[in-house]
Amino acid sequence: MKTQTINKNQEVAEKTQNIAGSEAVVRSLIAEGVDIIYGYPGGAIMPVYDELFKYQDKIHHVLTRHEQGAAHAAQGYARISGKVGVAMATSGPGATNLITGIADAQIDSTPLVCITGQVFSHLLGSDAFQETDIVGISTPVTKWNCQVTKAEDIPGAIAKAFYIAKSGRPGPVLVDITKDAQVSNLDFIYKKCTGIRSYNPVPKTSQESVNAAAKLINNAKKPMIVWGQGVILGQAEDELKAVIEKAGIPSAWTILGASALPTSHPLNIGMVGMHGNYAPNKLTNECDVLIAIGMRFDDRVTGRLDAYAKQAKIIHFDIDPAEIDKNVKTDVAVLGDSKESLAMLLDALDNNSHESWLQEFKDLYAIEFEKVIKGDISPTKEGLTMGEVIKQINIESKGKAAIVSDVGQHQMIACRYAEFNVSKSNITSGGLGTMGFALPAAIGAKMAAPEREVVAVIGDGGYQMNIQELGTIFQQKAAVKIVVLNNEFLGMVRQWQQLFFDKRYASTEMTNPNFVAIAEGYYIKARKVTKREELAEAVKEMMDSKESYFLEVCVEKEDNVFPMIPSGAAVSDVRLS
Amino acid sequence: MKEDIKSFTISIYTENNIGLLNRISAIFQRRHINIESLTTSQSEIDGVNRFVIVVNICEDTACKIVKQIEKQVETIRAYYHTEDQTIFTESCMFKIKSDLLFNEPQIQNIIKESNARIVTVNKEFFVLEKSGRRNEIESLRRDLNVFGIMQFVRSGRIAVTKDQMKITELLTAFNNQ
Repeated sequence: MKTQTINKNQEVAEKTQNIAGSEAVVRSLIAEGVDIIYGYPGGAIMPVYDELFKYQDKIHHVLTRHEQGAAHAAQGYARISGKVGVAMATSGPGATNLITGIADAQIDSTPLVCITGQVFSHLLGSDAFQETDIVGISTPVTKWNCQVTKAEDIPGAIAKAFYIAKSGRPGPVLVDITKDAQVSNLDFIYKKCTGIRSYNPVPKTSQESVNAAAKLINNAKKPMIVWGQGVILGQAEDELKAVIEKAGIPSAWTILGASALPTSHPLNIGMVGMHGNYAPNKLTNECDVLIAIGMRFDDRVTGRLDAYAKQAKIIHFDIDPAEIDKNVKTDVAVLGDSKESLAMLLDALDNNSHESWLQEFKDLYAIEFEKVIKGDISPTKEGLTMGEVIKQINIESKGKAAIVSDVGQHQMIACRYAEFNVSKSNITSGGLGTMGFALPAAIGAKMAAPEREVVAVIGDGGYQMNIQELGTIFQQKAAVKIVVLNNEFLGMVRQWQQLFFDKRYASTEMTNPNFVAIAEGYYIKARKVTKREELAEAVKEMMDSKESYFLEVCVEKEDNVFPMIPSGAAVSDVRLS
Repeated sequence: MKEDIKSFTISIYTENNIGLLNRISAIFQRRHINIESLTTSQSEIDGVNRFVIVVNICEDTACKIVKQIEKQVETIRAYYHTEDQTIFTESCMFKIKSDLLFNEPQIQNIIKESNARIVTVNKEFFVLEKSGRRNEIESLRRDLNVFGIMQFVRSGRIAVTKDQMKITELLTAFNNQ
């Protein structure tokens, strides 16, 4: 075997003669800088696992307890690090179990490379054992996918996969590799992909569009920014902050935009959307210029579309041309990478402040505080609230923890009340709303950023959707902190049943197991809190723990999350009770 | 306000890849849009395929769909056009019993007047081919149906646009990067 490394145009090309396709898979991953992958072995991917065994000093393979867990763990890894997450599975059920995670990554623009084994190419289409058309199944939920049937096509496919997953608006890709491609030999040459002629990942930002945006902003009396994850994906946090401060614009965030600007920033006016803050929702329908940055006007953000910001001029910054005018008609569209387009905008902006306009937000916040927030985070009633648990986590983590939340009431409460001082600190399933996301995603996040405190905040429903991943936490010694906010209900659905279905609680009440015993069964330190007096000390004990820790907090069974924009209502019809 | 539903011709230049048809048709499927016709072939550029898809939708939807198609990695460019912005045609074939050709003199007149072309004739049957607008093809089918048609098949619409597509320029620009 002859190995050489060629350096040309800063591009490293790895070259080795006559190796197996399976080894080429692993060598390609190493060439892309992959050091952790999440997966589950099986028949059609075994040759690759055999190579992973040989290369275990270079790539750490994390055996999750279910392929869905592997996909979500890879997402958590990607979301906290900004790098591409890698998940691996066998053909058939292994591959289909990845789908929920892939769909979640697609709608939340998370860079993921999924590698699946496939039956021998001569068996394709014959209903062979564990054969499934995963390329067909994954097509609508991937940014790109392909099937490789020849060993010599492996390096090129993987190089393309990483390039596509990471560039432009990121997303999941899937490479399906037949077993014969894994076991036949090739002369391995690895060249990173640097461009595809049919693919323009980052449209060029036009100076005219920036000038038009700046003109509207400079003349605005009541401008408002709503930023989304595009700011984080574009690493444009500093540029966003500079724009906000220079033009003095009250700025709100979507759920996935959370943490791009510290919670305590005086111009941070909170979250928009169905359970967002009162002021930014209400005043969306009062502003004169709405500046959307790296967000996609999801229906949970806009409420009733024909009553959304109709009075305002709309400026939309986005990397994806398909987002422009998709849901909300824009007056000025600024295409391009957020880091670059915001820097260009900054140059064209006048120094400004909007004190009386900002005061309107403060006044509405005061109302929300009185009617909702106070009772949520400093309750005087007997039962524990989800909000006071989040407040304790803020105190103990000093707002530096990465909060990985699942889906439901606890998620809204976590996003509303968590203090974010560091970017990439809110890891949650926003677009797809995947229950079961948080536990495995927290594993991936902790392994990608071991120096960070990672706290998974999960409801009792979602926790049980991927509870098997406690096994992964135990085996990997991943120091994830798990907080289950247990109200013995599928709380968000129950809230809707209470408000819109006359309290008919169809299949939302849960008879739960002894969660502490289950965690202890996995040798994870565990504690249950039922009284307020124990809460602060228990959260402190959890945060002080060097190892993984499970904390169950029994909260009020029938608390509701407010504010709330009822489904189909206008943002300005946001309710406080 | 409901926008007018019109016939739009969507032209897509793509790489020649397995699975791309699936990826493109999925974009229509998820919006519950019925595809009236779909044709794919080699384009004027070697190695580049062209899809011609006809759908009845409103212009706003056409615009959004074209952007979502263009977003696919292996799509080079996508466009939508109204009927008057394109030159289009369809093609069809009829298989008819040969004895009718001799026993029913009217058939020969129908063929002549419709500008249809006889592709082949043998003892049992003859095959007629005709290209043109949908209404011309339909009218021919109605006329021949009286005598009995053994087989009939019609292709999807093919169309070229009146304005330029500039695909070659786009690809050249990429190569020069």
